Amino acid sequence: MFRFLLTRISLVIPTFIGMTLVAFFLIRLVPGDPIEALAGERGIDATRHAALLVEYGLDKPLLTQYGLYIGRVLSGDLGRSIVTHETVINEFLALFPATIELALCAALFALLIGIPAGVIAAVNRNSIFDHGVMGISLTGYSMPIFWWGLLLILFFSVQLGWTPVSGRIAVIHFIEPTTGFLLVDTLLESDKAAFWSAAAHLILPTIVLGTNPLATIARMTRSAMLEVLGEDYIRTARAKGLSPTRVVALHAFRNALIPVVTVVGLQIGVLFTGAILTETIFSWPGVGKWLIEAIHRRDYPVLQGGMLLLGVIVMTVNLLVDLTYGIINPRIRHT
Amino acid sequence: MTDTMNDTVVPTIHGSPPHPLREFWGYFSGNHGAVAGLAIIVFVLLMAILADVLAPYAPDMTNTSVALTPPFWQEGGSTSYLLGTDAIGRDILSRLIYGSRLSLAIGIVVVALSVISGVVLGLIAGYFRGILEIFIMRVMDIMLTIPSLLLAIVIVAILGPGLMNAMIAVALVVLPHYVRITRATVISEMSKDYVTAAIVSGAGKLRIMFSEVLPNCTPLLIVQASLGISAAILDAAALGFLGLGAQPPSPEWGTMLADSREFVLRAWWVVTLPGLMILTTVLAFNLLGDGLRDALDPKLKR
Repeated sequence: MFRFLLTRISLVIPTFIGMTLVAFFLIRLVPGDPIEALAGERGIDATRHAALLVEYGLDKPLLTQYGLYIGRVLSGDLGRSIVTHETVINEFLALFPATIELALCAALFALLIGIPAGVIAAVNRNSIFDHGVMGISLTGYSMPIFWWGLLLILFFSVQLGWTPVSGRIAVIHFIEPTTGFLLVDTLLESDKAAFWSAAAHLILPTIVLGTNPLATIARMTRSAMLEVLGEDYIRTARAKGLSPTRVVALHAFRNALIPVVTVVGLQIGVLFTGAILTETIFSWPGVGKWLIEAIHRRDYPVLQGGMLLLGVIVMTVNLLVDLTYGIINPRIRHT
Repeated sequence: MTDTMNDTVVPTIHGSPPHPLREFWGYFSGNHGAVAGLAIIVFVLLMAILADVLAPYAPDMTNTSVALTPPFWQEGGSTSYLLGTDAIGRDILSRLIYGSRLSLAIGIVVVALSVISGVVLGLIAGYFRGILEIFIMRVMDIMLTIPSLLLAIVIVAILGPGLMNAMIAVALVVLPHYVRITRATVISEMSKDYVTAAIVSGAGKLRIMFSEVLPNCTPLLIVQASLGISAAILDAAALGFLGLGAQPPSPEWGTMLADSREFVLRAWWVVTLPGLMILTTVLAFNLLGDGLRDALDPKLKR
């Protein structure tokens, strides 16, 4: 176990260095030098330019600059936005809860529908339900989610008027952020109207973001269940005269869960990137929309810092998933 | 004729085994989804090739007097613009037809780029092993850790928005999959007798790598490539939608969608139709990929 932990964790360091290298060189590959990029289209005069080069340490050799950059990153300094002049880390922390709230809801949506659908499809193999689930999940898997979001808005928000078009909560509600999760904050203030407004705003983005993981989880659960249902111990359980429900729920499902857990873990990275598209469509005030806006405004410090932060978070989550997987499945540890 | 058809499904004990291609078609055609996928792909391909003949108008011809005309079956629609027009009066049907050229080109270019570089890197890693393998595989591991769309966005942000840069970004993002597949297959093939025989008979390194081992990696690569085309079309359309891929007035489907997003409340067709094309094409390649995997994967055949 210790050896497994060490090898898995040692992989994190080169990955982190790789990410910082990408983030560091990102701003240097943009045409012009970093000061010009930071100054934007207003331009900058020559003396100020030279002074800034010295101030930011840009006159030093590249390797020294990279060392200084790593030093700043490790002490939590990711620079300031050139548009708002707020520190990148503060902007990120203010917006990140919105992204997590959306991602968690989408993950729940995908799990609560995907796993039962996959199990039922596998148990009733080749039935109409099975073909239906497989057809729908292949469609969900092929779905351009930015289009899917627009279709849902067109139907549920515009045509039927059931759900709000965009945003996180109706503007009439003012909620002081305590946890940053609106569903929790509104309940803490016991403001029922605000809670329902926040919930209504969450429905469509949750469906849109959850569609891809839902399709993957349903397909994966079905094939894992089919594999397990063909095993000898299932035949033994059936031969013992156990009820079909007991065989499926206790003997098969628990063993089919292992590959499913891995897939769920990998979907977390997918959720964060899917959030970039989903947040853009629904004007959801999270980090995905913030990053895209940064690209369009040429706000390079935000892009640089935000990409690094998001990358590190996904990397950490993947690491945790791998470690949990190693704990629940002893076979992985020893290879 | 009926006899030979039966041979493909149930090989008789006497007589020669069916030709591999015929056997493959036997398995493949049994999968209705895969055949439907293939049919759609052929249709889109014909649309792309014959775009100049099929499209009633040039894709960028504007006519503001007919702006936002609905499709012909709706009130106010006209048969001269079958699927309606967009906000500056361009014919949607013609733009969709020309867009199929772009989407297929994106899929093929991206997959070609990533397959060629992925196969070379995977062959090197699997054949030479040692420090070179560790280096290549670690870099691929790092690339896999960074979420794919985020990586693509960062690459496009560096290179600048545009179709070519979007294709390079998507190709780089999917590269690790091809490297991993090729390396794993090469390692398992290298221990087989036919490779030893080739080495004993004095075949050179390049000959063993490319004409002995590589052909045995192809079934898996074909499946991955077919699924890769759908992923490439989807990712490139997403980049186009974010304004980072093909730029307007290009009739790329994702760009068309982003371009007319603000008119979605007044004119459903400007957004619905390009998205439908993306979904259908991506679905077709996924169906084809699933069918190919079932037909080519010896484990599933048994």
